[in-house]
Amino acid sequence: MPALLSISGLHKSFGAVVVADGTSFEVAEGEAVGILGPNGAGKTSLFNLITGALPPDAGTITFGGQDISATGAAQRCKMGIARSFQVPQPFGGMTVFENALVGAMEGAGLRGAEAEAHVLSVLDDTGLLLKANVRAGTLTLLERKRLEMARALAARPRLLLLDEIAGGLTEAECTALIETIQRVHAGGTTIIWIEHVVHALLAVVERLIVIDFGKKIAEGPPKTIMDSAQVKEIYLGVDPDV
Amino acid sequence: MSTATVTRATRASRIAMIIAALALIVLALAPWWAGRADLRLMGEIFLYLSLACLWNLMAGYAGLVSVGQQAFVGFGGYMLFALTIFGGLHPIAAILLAGVLAAALSVPVAALIFRLKGAYFAIGTWVVAEVFRLTFAQISALGGGSGTSLPVGIVKSLADGRSAREALSYWLALGAAVTVMACVYLFLRSRRGLALTAIRDSETAAAGLGIDIWRTKLEVYVVTSAFTAVIGGLLFLQKLRISPDAAFSVNDWTAFVIFIVVIGGIGTLEGPIIGTLLFFLLRETLADFGTIYLMVLGAVAIVIMLKAPKGVWGLVRDRYDLELFPLSYRVNTQNKGN
Repeated sequence: MPALLSISGLHKSFGAVVVADGTSFEVAEGEAVGILGPNGAGKTSLFNLITGALPPDAGTITFGGQDISATGAAQRCKMGIARSFQVPQPFGGMTVFENALVGAMEGAGLRGAEAEAHVLSVLDDTGLLLKANVRAGTLTLLERKRLEMARALAARPRLLLLDEIAGGLTEAECTALIETIQRVHAGGTTIIWIEHVVHALLAVVERLIVIDFGKKIAEGPPKTIMDSAQVKEIYLGVDPDV
Repeated sequence: MSTATVTRATRASRIAMIIAALALIVLALAPWWAGRADLRLMGEIFLYLSLACLWNLMAGYAGLVSVGQQAFVGFGGYMLFALTIFGGLHPIAAILLAGVLAAALSVPVAALIFRLKGAYFAIGTWVVAEVFRLTFAQISALGGGSGTSLPVGIVKSLADGRSAREALSYWLALGAAVTVMACVYLFLRSRRGLALTAIRDSETAAAGLGIDIWRTKLEVYVVTSAFTAVIGGLLFLQKLRISPDAAFSVNDWTAFVIFIVVIGGIGTLEGPIIGTLLFFLLRETLADFGTIYLMVLGAVAIVIMLKAPKGVWGLVRDRYDLELFPLSYRVNTQNKGN
């Protein structure tokens, strides 16, 4: 399968803090990839680089065969890259419906009744339909995280980037979230998911990438990665010699 | 199975539109029922309402907090004088052309000041306005620093007789306010308005959802600058006299406008209307007390910013979930049995 997203030699640093240190990997169309790494490893920065919120210092990002390294964030969304923010960024003065409508109109380029119908189905999928008329600024944290995903889905992405959306959920909510993401994935959407709730991640992804200090330190099938001594040491803080 | 439909108008908005239409008819007939002083005051109110709506669109929605819109008020005023005196244009044609010229001028200005963010942007706009003031003060044909009056012949070309001129001046102000409000409303209701509202709430998320922030802001800046210049032309058509200090007054054309928008409710369409009414109510009540008037205005602004940062309309909207202009989308869900 040809790679949908291809990252090569990506560098980004803020002064002495290196958030991407020669990162390279590929994601195939239709794949679901999980990203693990300790806090401050550069996971969210990686998303910022992929979506265009941050310009890279060096390296290239290719999406659907096109070099998008210098493309603006808005254009990348129109091309099919949508993300959820780890710290939710709702349009607080707009209703939940309107929040998602922005994604449908601007990101997916839908208009009128078609856009409205698409948003309604996304809100139904993400369990937000009954909150459709509520101002997003009054939502609880969990609802805001759900809205992050709804808004990204409304943009009809080819590549969906999810940034820690399972944290703090109850067991039932987590199961529902996993089902939603599995459904989106089954619909053909490529997913890259940053998550600390490992069991949720493992229920969806087919491959794991582990990063630390901006460097990719491991990549492979979930089971191999979770069993690797290096990952246990760096990510889980377990000393392999013990 | 649940079905959902999407509507935009609410009962309150329908009632508000009917009341607005009736009010508009009554106001349009004002030259027949209002005295000369009242007509003048109402004309001024409409022009301030227009300035407030425009500043609110720019600062409240696009996040362009300018304290230099007097640049375009003054530019519009001076263009009225220059184009009628030297270009021989009819005053109304001159005012419309002033809007076009202001739009053209605002593009290079934007290219310069859009590099600045937040407070630096605000100060940058003020500096630009000062540059405009100093430039017009250099033009001796327009009276230099002491300004000039509109020649009698040009004033008379507007309409025959004083009362006809005053009525025309009033209708122009009313027409300008209605046009500005209608344009702002239709823009905010459109797809681009939805995008602009998203920018108001979070630029980061808006960019991530496919909105070109820089271009949207530029469009808003150009359009508001053009309209502001038209309003400036109308303001000085009422005054019949212009000088650099009056034309580019930061107090008259920006401080009062910010006051209006902030107390009314920034980032809402209804806010500037409420704010304009409150401002003129205070001004007319306190007019006899001299400088105390400005102190009271300042105190009111401080209290509202501390106690109700979303302004008077923000309070009303949060409490009663009211919306006079149907901008919101409402989803109606009902369960259709099982």
